[in-house]
Amino acid sequence: MLSIKNLHAGVEDKEILKGLNLEVKAGEVHAIMGPNGAGKSSLASVLSGRPNYEVTAGTAILDGKDILEMSPEDRAREGVFLAFQYPIEIPGVSNINFLKTAMNEIRAYRGQEPLTAKEFLALSKERQKLVEFDARLVNRSLNEGFSGGEKKRNEIFQLAMLEPKLAILDETDSGLDIDALRIVSRGVNKLRSKDNAFIIITHYQRLLDYIVPDFVHVLSDGKIVKTGGKELALELEEKGYDWIKEEAVS
Amino acid sequence: MSVQAAKSTTKNMMTNQLETPLYESLVAKFEIAELQAGYPELKALRKEAFDTFKALGFPSIKNEEWKYTNVLPFVKENYELDVVETALTKEELDKTALLVSKHSDEIQHSLKGEHKGAYRLVIVNGKINKELSFLPDSQALDISSFSDAEHKASFHKYFGKIAVVKDNAFVALNTALYNDGLFIEMKKGMQLDQPLHIINVFLSAADVLLQPRHLFIINEQASLEIIETIIAEDSQNAILVNGVTEIAVAENAHFHHYDIQTGRTGMRYIQRTEATQQKNSNYSNYTFTFPGSDFVRNNLTLHLDAADLESHLYGLYLSSGAQLIDNHTEVHHKHPRGESNQLYKGVLMDKSKAVFNGKIYVYQDAQKTNAFQQSNNILFSDKATVNAKPQLEIFADDVKCSHGTTIGQINKDALFYLQSRGISEANAKNLMVNAFAFDVTQKVKIPAIRTYLERMIAGVMEQA
Repeated sequence: MLSIKNLHAGVEDKEILKGLNLEVKAGEVHAIMGPNGAGKSSLASVLSGRPNYEVTAGTAILDGKDILEMSPEDRAREGVFLAFQYPIEIPGVSNINFLKTAMNEIRAYRGQEPLTAKEFLALSKERQKLVEFDARLVNRSLNEGFSGGEKKRNEIFQLAMLEPKLAILDETDSGLDIDALRIVSRGVNKLRSKDNAFIIITHYQRLLDYIVPDFVHVLSDGKIVKTGGKELALELEEKGYDWIKEEAVS
Repeated sequence: MSVQAAKSTTKNMMTNQLETPLYESLVAKFEIAELQAGYPELKALRKEAFDTFKALGFPSIKNEEWKYTNVLPFVKENYELDVVETALTKEELDKTALLVSKHSDEIQHSLKGEHKGAYRLVIVNGKINKELSFLPDSQALDISSFSDAEHKASFHKYFGKIAVVKDNAFVALNTALYNDGLFIEMKKGMQLDQPLHIINVFLSAADVLLQPRHLFIINEQASLEIIETIIAEDSQNAILVNGVTEIAVAENAHFHHYDIQTGRTGMRYIQRTEATQQKNSNYSNYTFTFPGSDFVRNNLTLHLDAADLESHLYGLYLSSGAQLIDNHTEVHHKHPRGESNQLYKGVLMDKSKAVFNGKIYVYQDAQKTNAFQQSNNILFSDKATVNAKPQLEIFADDVKCSHGTTIGQINKDALFYLQSRGISEANAKNLMVNAFAFDVTQKVKIPAIRTYLERMIAGVMEQA
């Protein structure tokens, strides 16, 4: 589904990703872990098209198309979704109106008819239930005054509504208490299917107890330096990252 | 400014005036007008007004009130005065009818289910057109031309006494040379079942100077909602509008006044709206200015002439191209326990320029005043400019006053967030501008007008 080859990217003149390679197939969940400053969040930003990032080399092919060439909205329409580490509050933009606009633009891009108000409402209700998102939040201004946990849950609700091919969760576990973490994880697990894939960026193994990955990658200094199964996460939790850095150097 | 300096400024301005053909034709016109019949008081007032105008001349940027707005380029044209003095020709009437019906459709289109409609009053170049109007019961609301209202006591009580000519060249010019005016008096204790929609039509067979004059009186316990909109005939000719609206809001009366300003290239619009309010009254002004015209200058001045009353001033301006939109507000708190609330928001594109000057005066007797003022602006372009100048003068010691001004750019993180969900840049900007404007648009009490305004905003942002 997604094939990243030799990706170099940075902000201004500072190179952050230094030749990253990653293959993600439909139905898979990939966890990306690594020390602070390794480039985890930069990878999420580069894939979703955050404007201040510049790609200097490499490709990221999603089902045959290089998404690095596309505007952020076209990436979303092609099926990329980024769950933000820090979701933005936008006062005055209603959550539901925003989602409807997004959904219908994506549908238009794919040559589908817009959903009727009734269809949209029905879908919204169903997905709220699926990911346990509070109906009262749906009609509020986008993320305005939401708690940290509510913001993250709203990201998962949007994910459930937009049904992307590839979802990137950027430190979705940060700032969540254990109950919120469970709810978010349950939501993600319900949304997993053989047709979509997840890249989960996290510092901690904790999240991976709930969302069990097929692969765990260690990102260090802009490159993936080690790949393993879910047991690698446990090993990292126990031993930290230094041994991998040493291993990578030697 | 010292007296000495003021004198020399006046002299400079006058030197400028003499070079413009408009100034010369105004003088010539006044000489003729002066000979024409009129009741003696009006004659005297017009004379005083014209003398004031001659002494002041068009203001230059040396005048503090016009510091950021150079009006001189807009008064250079040799505008024709005296347009549509008599009845419209068949052709003009048909044309106007078409314009009005198209304009109404655009607004009605937004009405949907909540539509209760509105009464309609069509004014063509300052003159009432009854044929195209749909008016409420005259027992509740008296709508007359000045020529029909001049004998009324209420007319004399207020006309020329709210917006005075002193120190104000444009009010003086309007007072000296307006052709006819619109007199509206809401009878005591009355209210209408629907708002009154005033459509100001400006026809322009040549470059024209138009000077609409309105006097609105809302009597005790009455309430009224007025929506003013503009149709500017789509010709190549320049239109300079110098309008004056005087408003008297009596005890316990409520007046919600919506002013929706649209226009086209070649249109220059100077409007002074000045109101006096009595005890327990509420005057709320909602001014929306859209791209199109070359230049808009709004002067909104409120006199809180009694205790215990409230005033609301909401403004939203969207400017584009080389447009200049200038809003000057003045709120005079003269008595205790008055409350005024101002919120002006601007969205500036291209090379456009906006000015906001909000003055709040709290007089010595005006204890327990609450006066708030906020102006926020978003620049959508590196070439756009805002000059914002809040001005508070407080002579009472037990008051709550605040003011705040912000000038910023669109929040790029928010823009990216919306785009990352598949929303195009243009639509994302539109959502954000609507959100920015929301504080103002949500104040609009008529749902149909709110929908109409939101559509107008979306239309502007699509082209941005």
